[in-house]
Amino acid sequence: MSDVKKFLYVNRKAPYGTIYALESLEVVLIGAAFEQDVSLAFLDDGVFQLTKSQETDGIGVKNFSPTFRALGDYDVTKLYVERESLEERGLSEDDLQEIMYEDEDDDWAEKPSIRVISRAEMADVMADQDVILSF
Amino acid sequence: MKIGVLVSEGPYTHEAVDSAYNFVTAAIAAGHEVPRVFFYHDGVNVATRLSVPPQDERNIQENWTRLAKEHGVDLVVCIAAAQRRGLLDKNEAERQGKDADNIAEGFRISGLGQLIEMGIQTDRLVTFGD
Repeated sequence: MSDVKKFLYVNRKAPYGTIYALESLEVVLIGAAFEQDVSLAFLDDGVFQLTKSQETDGIGVKNFSPTFRALGDYDVTKLYVERESLEERGLSEDDLQEIMYEDEDDDWAEKPSIRVISRAEMADVMADQDVILSF
Repeated sequence: MKIGVLVSEGPYTHEAVDSAYNFVTAAIAAGHEVPRVFFYHDGVNVATRLSVPPQDERNIQENWTRLAKEHGVDLVVCIAAAQRRGLLDKNEAERQGKDADNIAEGFRISGLGQLIEMGIQTDRLVTFGD
């Protein structure tokens, strides 16, 4: 189908402190209804969006991180995380939530949505897109 | 070329809105088509008709309203972002039981689907933000 485009949502900012991360996720959820080829990228402070055990009571805002685990139900199954951004912040893949999706082409096998890739590979992912929305 | 534009920072605080305006003006002058501009995050604040900048400053909202009128550009304000920030059109004000509305002429409030649709239907989507 020629009207399916590759959409990449680039998340560069920490989950709290500004509204960008939350409003980015709102676009992803609405956009899922358009059945495009969707990927998400997490780099710079954006990698903090996927960390586990987020606790926001002290700052009086909603913890929206559980929503990432529902993305598989919206057919959003490609979450690229930049390795260098993790390392620069003292994080590793173990600090991230486990986010799974069911692969309908593989007998609904559970597979991880998060793919940790290098900065160079991230450049390739970006070069491959039709539409990039940066938040 | 068909170009869609996303504005994601607020007026006067950030130059993004001005850069977007200059870009759209230049693109249209160069013969390109800009069917829609989508305002998101604090960018929705462009659409209030109640801003009163000093007389010797540019009036950002009036500039966009004129652009919409002269070139038929569809200025769309994200409803979710707008409601958080107190931007309401007449219908929404009535629906939410508020005593005023403030959307300027030339702007309309609609959903995020309009942003995705713009990405699908244009050749390029250009973002002006931080």
